[in-house]
Amino acid sequence: MVMIKNNEKFDVSIINYGINNLKSVSMAFQKIGKTYKIIEKPEEVLFAKSLILPGIGAFGDGMKGLKKRGLIEPIKQKINEGTPMLGICLGMQMLFTESEEFGLYDGLNLISGRVIPFKKPKEVNLKGYKVPHMGWNELKKPYDGIKNFESSWNGTLLADINEKIDVYFVHSYYPIPKNKENILATTTYGNQEFCAVVKKENVCGTQFHPEKSGNVGIQILKKFCELNNI
Amino acid sequence: MKKVRIIARLDVKGPNVIKGVHLECLRVVGKPGDLAEKYYLEGADELLYMDIVASLYRRDNLLNIVNQASDKIFIPFTVGGGIRSLQDIKEFLKAGADKVAINTAATENPNLISKAARMFGSQCIVLSIEAKRRGDNKWEVYTNNGRERTGLDVIEWIKKAEDLGAGEILLTSIDQEGTKKGFDIELIKSISEFASIPIIVSGGAGSSDDIYKCIKECNIDTIAIASILHYNISSIPQIKQNLLQHNIQVRKRW
Repeated sequence: MVMIKNNEKFDVSIINYGINNLKSVSMAFQKIGKTYKIIEKPEEVLFAKSLILPGIGAFGDGMKGLKKRGLIEPIKQKINEGTPMLGICLGMQMLFTESEEFGLYDGLNLISGRVIPFKKPKEVNLKGYKVPHMGWNELKKPYDGIKNFESSWNGTLLADINEKIDVYFVHSYYPIPKNKENILATTTYGNQEFCAVVKKENVCGTQFHPEKSGNVGIQILKKFCELNNI
Repeated sequence: MKKVRIIARLDVKGPNVIKGVHLECLRVVGKPGDLAEKYYLEGADELLYMDIVASLYRRDNLLNIVNQASDKIFIPFTVGGGIRSLQDIKEFLKAGADKVAINTAATENPNLISKAARMFGSQCIVLSIEAKRRGDNKWEVYTNNGRERTGLDVIEWIKKAEDLGAGEILLTSIDQEGTKKGFDIELIKSISEFASIPIIVSGGAGSSDDIYKCIKECNIDTIAIASILHYNISSIPQIKQNLLQHNIQVRKRW
């Protein structure tokens, strides 16, 4: 049992469901002085202080990877218990109900919503518009006409971040949360405004890669730890 | 409008970053770790490591460099030189690279591009092309740092690579490389006209204005630079400032 409980003492547990690049996200947490463990067993999920769901690749493969390792139920259980979780890129998309990538696939359904593709270049007809959306782009506060703009990022992942700062994206799909209240920040690409940061209680996610977004990204990861007393 | 990306290119030989002219006459300009960190902190949008002798020897050297870089560099980086198989790609991605650039192996076995794109996603597969002018509006694909001809036409090869699923093209002009005389505008223009995937242009930048001129005239949004940085001709903030003054959008704060 000692072996299994081993990750209890680590600040963050990074879930490996068969993806290749876990180094950058690990090093980003190391950079801010946090201890991390890469985990892939259900027991390890259950003992985690906080969960990071990184990601690259296709939605269906990602969910299959989680399922194969028996991680879906343990993750859901932990979220119910209030464990903080951060999804990154595909990891963020998998927090949602379902995705249209290569068919219709079920997600973790921790946040209601669907993941849909960017419009094809010929539908948009904008110079320089290509899919995937790859490169640096700006974070904005979502407009809802009610919230106080100045304060809407206070007490969130983006508390110390200036609006319109650039972060690094690589993706062809993006999520549409059913409840607009879950949208913390948006980004516009090819005239399509999409949810770039999502939050619902103890679960949050970034469509961009904080671990590849320079100092800004590091600040966001630091804030995630700070907000959750990690 | 998409933001222009400025990529710092580090050509690596053994333990050093080197710089040549026409991919030859190599001079040591620093250590990979030091320069990578410097350019990262100065606001480079991405880094590009190219091991210029790896395809002739071995790629362990580059793997070590990548492993060390990913400990402290938190922007995307591409790695090239000596990548010959799906296993090689996997190792570099595991070491923290975001993308791999493939040159020689792709010309010998174009299916490597399609297999790699399927396995790892197009976004991490960069086809690296060394182009040398062979008469009017004709460029030939070279490999092994401009040492070997392939007989392939650059434009035809890019069209094919797009079909195979390459995510980006790294286009290095051997004629301009290291000369600081400006980019091969004709070459870049003739490619940007039809290419549907991003083109990273490399070779020839000698001033901030060369970079502006290339972006403006060729409708290009990604530039890889080396000499201009290594020899302190212009810094990344100066290059970006110059672009901003010409109303070209770049990442300003980091």
